[in-house]
Amino acid sequence: MTETSDDPDDTSDDGSVVDPAEVEHVAELARVRLDEDERELFAEQFAEILDAFAALDEVPETDREEPLVNVMRPDEVDESLSQSAALANAEETEDGFFVGPKVS
Amino acid sequence: MAVEYNAFITEASIDGADDGPLAGTTVAVKDNISTKGVTTTCGSDMLADYVPPYSATVVERLTDAGAQIVGKTNMDEFGMGTTTETSAFGPTRNPVAPERVPGGSSGGSAAAVAAGEADVALGSDTGGSVRCPAAFCGVVGIKPTYGLVSRYGLVAYANSLEQIGPIAPTVAEAAAVLDVIAGPDPNDGTTRDPNATTDGDVSTDYAAAADGDAEGLTVGVPTELFDGADERVVETVEAAIDDLVAAGATTTTISLPSVEHAVEAYYVIAMSEASSNLARFDGVRYGHRAEADGNWNESFAATREEGFGAEVKRRILLGTYALSAGYHDEYYAKAQDARAWVRQDFEAAFETVDVIASPTMPVLPFELGESLDDPLQMYLADANTTPVNLANLPAISVPAGEADGLPVGLQLVGPAFEEATVIRAASAVEGE
Repeated sequence: MTETSDDPDDTSDDGSVVDPAEVEHVAELARVRLDEDERELFAEQFAEILDAFAALDEVPETDREEPLVNVMRPDEVDESLSQSAALANAEETEDGFFVGPKVS
Repeated sequence: MAVEYNAFITEASIDGADDGPLAGTTVAVKDNISTKGVTTTCGSDMLADYVPPYSATVVERLTDAGAQIVGKTNMDEFGMGTTTETSAFGPTRNPVAPERVPGGSSGGSAAAVAAGEADVALGSDTGGSVRCPAAFCGVVGIKPTYGLVSRYGLVAYANSLEQIGPIAPTVAEAAAVLDVIAGPDPNDGTTRDPNATTDGDVSTDYAAAADGDAEGLTVGVPTELFDGADERVVETVEAAIDDLVAAGATTTTISLPSVEHAVEAYYVIAMSEASSNLARFDGVRYGHRAEADGNWNESFAATREEGFGAEVKRRILLGTYALSAGYHDEYYAKAQDARAWVRQDFEAAFETVDVIASPTMPVLPFELGESLDDPLQMYLADANTTPVNLANLPAISVPAGEADGLPVGLQLVGPAFEEATVIRAASAVEGE
């Protein structure tokens, strides 16, 4: 995936980093379990996709001044969901609380 | 009919008010837009049984205007796809060519309209997801200016890019839906009043703008959005631009060099935002929950393995990668530079032209299954639609004609909050 690069320093920096172990590391960060086939397929696909994304290197540094304004409003008490409606989609609840998996 | 194309995930009826501008109109709603009491799956096993406790603002506005909701339409899982094949509920077929995809990710909405199963529909457009299926199914789709339409109740994929927009058989019908759903919403702090954000007065009477009058309109034709497109698509789109000229418009060739990098920038930003947005699906408050022993990290990871399909996992992981230490500057920061560059390019172009014309999609509708194993090929098909989301602009896809019996869409892009201009231009192409 680095055939277009003449700089040997570049080759160590892309392509080779996307091995199944790297995919597994990212999957752990994202809390997504993968099976081995998926890890290998993703490693292959990510190398190709990240190679395409590397074209962003050609983008000049650009002034990113955004016309952003804060949108404020008075803090007013309004209707909200009832506790039972808010809990209705949960797999497990107890005494009006969500029940999550154990911490450790 | 409904079964034939798999356009709907859930058929349901939500009645509208007795009268109003959309009285008697049936609407199909993309299944990532919340409908109180009616399952909203996002095309995912993760939300297969999720029943929202409230409705999206756009749904309230439609039913208040007299429209009847007839069902929730099939879509690429969480909006992540260009073909409506990544749905956990099976692919939707293109009513014009049933062995082809309807485009995506709002493919069910476009197919429902093309097949006559609903008068109009709502989709959501993060990188082309309204315009692409409109083009592939031979109907009209509008991606509004960022901030024109409330996203309250839209299940988020990439918040900084997405807008809900109408799909309809004609420009006038799509504009009539936009009239109803547009406008500020206290529940979405990113909505804006068009006249408070633009220098002059802009028309917000969208249906009235569909008058077929292109007299005096200057149409910019950017070479970059024609290069590399299928020749049959280019010929069909050029013929539609000739129709605009016949209706009184003039054309001028323009250059938008930044758009060459738009699709990469779009995917880096969308995936990064997705990796954050979809972190909420942990099986605790809603959604699928795996039977898993172990600690909460293991439980969440098992839930997310079972609940998400391959394309969603791919994007969450690539987004996590792009934001992770050591890669942030290489991908995310560069993508934001590209986004600013694209916006500046469009701003400069709109100093001399009123609208910018191009093919909506550079390709004809894919055959079913053709792009599923090649995610990069699918991403690159979004080259012409993604610049518009990066620049927060309004755009419409209107049928340009057919090539080899398959629909081709003409995309018209306008300056921010000038929906009326793109609607007027599109109405001059229609029926020519």
